[in-house]
Amino acid sequence: MTKEHANWSPYDNNGGTCVAIAGADYCVVAADTRMSSGYNILTRDYSKITQLADKCAMASSGFQADVRALQKHLEARHLIYQHQHNKQMSTPAMAQLLSNTLYYKRFFPYYAFNVLGGLDGEGKGCVFTYDAVGSYERVGYSSQGSGSTLIMPFLDNQLKSPSPLLLPAKDAVTPLSESEALDLVKTCFASATERDIYTGDKLEIVVLNAKGTRREYMELRKD
Amino acid sequence: MENSSYSLLSSEADSQRTLYPYVTGTSVIGIKYKDGILMVADMGGSYGSTLRYKSVERMKPVGKHSLIGASGEISDFQEILRYLDELTLNDSMWDDGNSLGPKEVHNYLTRVMYNRRNKFNPLWNSLVLGGVKNGQKYLGTVNMIGVHYEDNHVATGFGNHLARPILRDEWHENLSFEDGVKLLEKCMRVLLYRDRSAVNKLQIAKITDEGVTISQPYSLKTFWNFSAFQNPTVGAEGSW
Repeated sequence: MTKEHANWSPYDNNGGTCVAIAGADYCVVAADTRMSSGYNILTRDYSKITQLADKCAMASSGFQADVRALQKHLEARHLIYQHQHNKQMSTPAMAQLLSNTLYYKRFFPYYAFNVLGGLDGEGKGCVFTYDAVGSYERVGYSSQGSGSTLIMPFLDNQLKSPSPLLLPAKDAVTPLSESEALDLVKTCFASATERDIYTGDKLEIVVLNAKGTRREYMELRKD
Repeated sequence: MENSSYSLLSSEADSQRTLYPYVTGTSVIGIKYKDGILMVADMGGSYGSTLRYKSVERMKPVGKHSLIGASGEISDFQEILRYLDELTLNDSMWDDGNSLGPKEVHNYLTRVMYNRRNKFNPLWNSLVLGGVKNGQKYLGTVNMIGVHYEDNHVATGFGNHLARPILRDEWHENLSFEDGVKLLEKCMRVLLYRDRSAVNKLQIAKITDEGVTISQPYSLKTFWNFSAFQNPTVGAEGSW
């Protein structure tokens, strides 16, 4: 005999968009700060970006509780790494750790869509893009989240992404300057905000370069 | 809330997980004001569509610096209070002069709610956690699947739909106590008119650096004398 259930889902989509762009000696990681549930806005000022290591930042959108748990997990693992190796994790190392962490919950996934950005061992910008179960790839730029379908084609157009089929493999790291990349990111979000209801309120940008980490904010439409 | 593509198939083996709530409380609203936090909740405990209990205290102090308000399943709220008792007891047993602030309590609650959600056995509540410690005001919320955030004003359930828009329009920094109470009462009045699980018996709580005070229960004045409600059948003779 089947009882009537209140029909509970362990997941929710709290929306939002993330973007990361890699440059020759910098990396830009950006996300909006809107948190929604269905047609409601829960708060206009929630950061989706976390700095995992000196030269590594992650932006994640999707189900906020899973995103936060994932961030805490990686932060804790980085602390342990520092205790054991007496150094910061490199971005490619963190990239692998994130992939493994996501796949670990392959059969009850973290509903989190991540972009990892930072400087690699040589100080060059690198961006890694993920799906919810850990499949990942190093790229020159990426976007994830509710506005990604609006932003990604625009980025492809502006950053003239080389074909991944070319041999030898051509780097997609942009030759743009840091300020040009910042302008591009701001343009992306201003546009996505127009058409995606889950994107808006405020844009948070984290810039990683040899000098360290810098944070910038830009107001977005609140409707 | 969430649409369902998951139904929790019940069998003899897992007859121990929460499937649906029984006795529930409705909205809780919290705002930051000049001296701290103001929180309000009515005293109703509904049993489905019956307003079964009308003296349920849905807000309780936590430690020295915080106040928790809950909507959703009342028995799960009582369970959460037991967890918080244990937490505050262990904190005070350290006897080290430190005491848990609202941020810490909110974080603890978030972890508890998330971990229960991970086991598919949620505590069926939406919680508001407010407090002041060392002059720092804190107001946060967490729901049964672990979604959490802090803001200058928060609400649960219907409060999100009816009260938040009013607060977005009329809340500002450094509200006086009187203005804060007026604002919350305005929100509660709207909820009273429009939320069928609301009851006209509420408590307002205030948290400042000095501590937590919860008011005695009182009721709001309502107005039903709209002309449209007078002689409602005048345009449709024979109707009732």
